[in-house]
Amino acid sequence: MADCAMQLMEAVHAVYASGSPLNIVGGGSKAFCGGERVGEPLDAGVHCGIVSYEPSELVLTARAGTPLKEIEGLLASHGQTLGCEPPYFGGSATLGGTVACGFSGPRRPYAGALRDFVLGARIINGKGEILSFGGQVMKNVAGFDVSRLMVGAQGTLGVLLEVSLKVLPRTAHELTLRYLYSEPEAIARCAEWAGRPLPVSATAWLDGALYVRLSGSQVAVKAATQSMGGEIVLQGEDFWLGLREQTHAFFRLEPAQCLWRLSIPPGAPALKLEGRTCFEWGGAQRWLVSDGAPDGIHDAALGAGGYATLFRGAGQERIRLSPGVAALQQRIKQAFDPAGILNVRGP
Amino acid sequence: MAMSVEFLAALRRIMPPDAVLDTAESLRPYECDGLTAYRQLPGVVCLPHTVEQVQAVLLLCHRLKVPVVPRGAGTGLSGGALPHEQGVLLGLARLDRIIEIDPLNRCAVVQPGVRNLALSEAAKPYGFYYAPDPSSQIACTIGGNVAENSGGVHCLKYGLTVHNVIGLKILTMQGELLEIGGKTLDAPGYDLLAVLCGSEGLLGVVVEATVRLLPLPERAQVVLAAFDDVALAGEAVGRILSAGIIPAGMEMMDNLAIRAAEDFVHAGYPVDAAAILLVELDGENREVSEQIFQVRTMMLEIGATEVQTARDEAERLLFWKGRKAAFPAVGRMAPDYYCMDGTIPRRRLPEVLTRIAELSKEYDLPVANVFHAGDGNLHPLILYDANQPGELARTEALGSRILQLCIEVGGTITGEHGVGVEKIDQMCVQFGSVELAQFHALRAAFDSSGLLNPGKAVPTLHRCAEFGRMHVHGGQLPHPQLERF
Repeated sequence: MADCAMQLMEAVHAVYASGSPLNIVGGGSKAFCGGERVGEPLDAGVHCGIVSYEPSELVLTARAGTPLKEIEGLLASHGQTLGCEPPYFGGSATLGGTVACGFSGPRRPYAGALRDFVLGARIINGKGEILSFGGQVMKNVAGFDVSRLMVGAQGTLGVLLEVSLKVLPRTAHELTLRYLYSEPEAIARCAEWAGRPLPVSATAWLDGALYVRLSGSQVAVKAATQSMGGEIVLQGEDFWLGLREQTHAFFRLEPAQCLWRLSIPPGAPALKLEGRTCFEWGGAQRWLVSDGAPDGIHDAALGAGGYATLFRGAGQERIRLSPGVAALQQRIKQAFDPAGILNVRGP
Repeated sequence: MAMSVEFLAALRRIMPPDAVLDTAESLRPYECDGLTAYRQLPGVVCLPHTVEQVQAVLLLCHRLKVPVVPRGAGTGLSGGALPHEQGVLLGLARLDRIIEIDPLNRCAVVQPGVRNLALSEAAKPYGFYYAPDPSSQIACTIGGNVAENSGGVHCLKYGLTVHNVIGLKILTMQGELLEIGGKTLDAPGYDLLAVLCGSEGLLGVVVEATVRLLPLPERAQVVLAAFDDVALAGEAVGRILSAGIIPAGMEMMDNLAIRAAEDFVHAGYPVDAAAILLVELDGENREVSEQIFQVRTMMLEIGATEVQTARDEAERLLFWKGRKAAFPAVGRMAPDYYCMDGTIPRRRLPEVLTRIAELSKEYDLPVANVFHAGDGNLHPLILYDANQPGELARTEALGSRILQLCIEVGGTITGEHGVGVEKIDQMCVQFGSVELAQFHALRAAFDSSGLLNPGKAVPTLHRCAEFGRMHVHGGQLPHPQLERF
C-alpha cells in the first residue's frame, strides 16, 4: 500500500523534457499484449493499494498497481465480483495492466466489458500532469469520457494511477451444460438462446462441444436447465478458468504459430481459415491458432463484418484500421502524449 | 439577417428547397431545446434528408468557417442544441430510417433521427427491446441519445447509452465519414465509442448507429414501499443492493413530488409518505417471485409504513406512470420549473436532501426531489415563476448551489442531462485547468476548427477565470476550515 503518484509524475515529467520513451510495467503478466515496446521501464506497480470500497454503493477505487488478486479477494469476502471476469494471464496481474489491456472474460456479452464498469480514472498524461476524470458514481456525463478511453489504450495515452470500478453481486448459483455440436450448430444455438431471457453467463465452443454456463438464483438456473437440456459438466468452473486464462491445450502454440482474436458479429458463419478455431461470447469472440499470413486473416474478419487482432506471437500488422480512423487515433495520441514517450512500439 | 447572402446561396445550391429554413417564422421552433430558459434564433436551419446532404453541409461550413449545431428532437435539458446566431442548426430528425433489425446478431442499425421508443417498438415482434429509456423516449432520438449518453430508469441494471452502442458512423466537421465498431462487441484501437457517447455534438455528427438489443424479460413486477423518513428510504436502497439484488429500476420520490404525481395521474401513491421507493424486478418468473418476497421483507424490516406489490400489469404501469409523469406533474404546481441533474454517492442522500431543504428555504423556492435511487442520480425540481422579476436568477443561483453541493459530497454536476450551456460554469468547479485543457486537446483531435457546437460542454479556461472558478479537489473545497452555508 503505497502512494507513489508524485514519484511517477516526476519520472514522466523528466522524460517529457528529454523525449526518451518510457515502457510502463505493472505486474508484467501481459507483456505480450500489443507487441514489443521500447524505452526505459517505468515500474507503475509500486503505486498500489485499495483506496476505498463501499459494498452498498457497488463501487471500488484502487491504485493501478494493486494486484488484481487482492481486489477480487476483497470483493469475494463481501459477496461481490468484477462483472466482466477479467483474465489475469499470470498471478502478478495488476488493476492497471488489466485496464490498460482492456481484456474481458467469458461473462463479457452477458454482464458487460471491463470498460463498461470503469467509472473514473486518475492518470498522468505524457506531459507529466496528473488528471482526474469521471468519479465514483454510476452516472456521470460531465466532460468527455476519458476514463473509458484509457481502457485498452495499452498505456499509450497515460500512466494509470487510480481506477474506480462498478462491481456486481456474485451470483448465487452456477451450472455448466455441454452439447456435442459442430461449429455452425453451436453458433445457431447461441443465437437462439440470446433471443430468450435465459440466465446465460458464458458460452464457448471448443473441441466439438458447446459449453454454456448458467448463473442466477437456484430457481432460475433450474428452470433454464429444464428448458435447455444438455449434459451437466462437473467442475464447470475449471473449464471456464482454463478458457479465460488460456491454459487450455487449444491455446498451446507451436513455433511460428500465432493466436489471433477475431471480434465479429456473433451470428457470422464459421470462418474458413487455415488453423484451428474455437469461440466464446456466443460467437462474437473467435480464436484462431494459425501460421497463416496476417493479410488473409484481416481480410476474413473484415469480410465477416469485424476485426482481427494478433493476440499472441510475433508478426506485423497486429491490428488493421481504416486510414481515417488510424489518423484520428494518431491525433488522439498526440493530444495526450505530444512528445510520443508513453509505451512506444518497437520497430 | 445573421448569415451572409453568399453562404445562403451556396447552401441552397447543395440542398433541396425544403431543407433550408431562414425566415424568422420558420426559425422560431428551433430557438431552444428542452431547456427553454435559453433561447437563440439560429442563423439558418438545415434539415437534410440524406447522409450525403449532411456531408455536403459540413464541407461547406468547414470551408466557409460557419459554426454547426447538431440537433435531434430537441428534447435535451441542458441547452446542448441551443442554436448559434451565426451558425447552421443541423436538424437530423429526417434521417429516421430503421435500417435493420438483426435478431441473429441481437442488434439494430438505425439512422440518428429514429425515436428511442420507435426502436423498441420495431424490435418487439422479434422478442427484443432497446434498454436505455430516457423519460423523453417517445420523442427523443438515438442520435441525441448518443450525444448526451442518455440513461433512463433502467440503467442501473442495463446501462446507459454508452453500454448499448456498438457501432457508429460519424461525419467529422471536415466532412470525413468514419466507421467505428459495428455489429461486434468491440473494435481495435482506442475506444472511440466511449468518447463519442456523451460528447454533446462537439466531436462529430452521428449519421448511423448500431445498438445492442436485449430479449424482453419473461416477467417484470414492481414493489412500492412508503417511508415516513427519507433517510430510511435511502437505507433501503443500500440494503437491496447489498443483498445482491440488482433491480431493473429503483426510483425514489419525496413528499412534494409524490403529491404532485398523485394529483396528476392518481397512481394510488400514499400522499402522506415522506418518500416512496419503486423497485422493479425483472427476469425469470420464479426468480422474480423470490426477489419480490425478499424485497418486501427487507422494506418492512427497515421500517416501511406500507409495501404494495402491483396486482397486475395495469397497476405496474400505473405505478410507473406516476414516476414518469413526475416532471410535468410538478410543473403543474408552478408556472415554471427548473430540473437539476446531479449524481451523488447514495449513502450521502439524507444529508444532501437536508441541505437542499435548507437551501430551498434560504432562496424561498420550493424544491421537489425525484431520484434514480439505484445509481445516485438526483433530480431536484425547483419551482419558480419566470414572470416574477429576479426569480429566474434566484432559481439559477439555487441550482448552482445544489450542483456545488453534489460535487462537495463526491458526486458530479450532471448524471445524464449533459453540460450543454447550462452547467458550463459548474464545469470550472468540477474540473481543474489541466483536465479542461486535456478536453480541449481531445476535441481538437476530432475537430481542429472548433466549429462543431462551439461554446458547449467544455468551458474555455478564460471563461473559468471570469467565473472565478472554485475547483473542488477530491470532495475538498478550497479552504475547508471555513464554514459554508
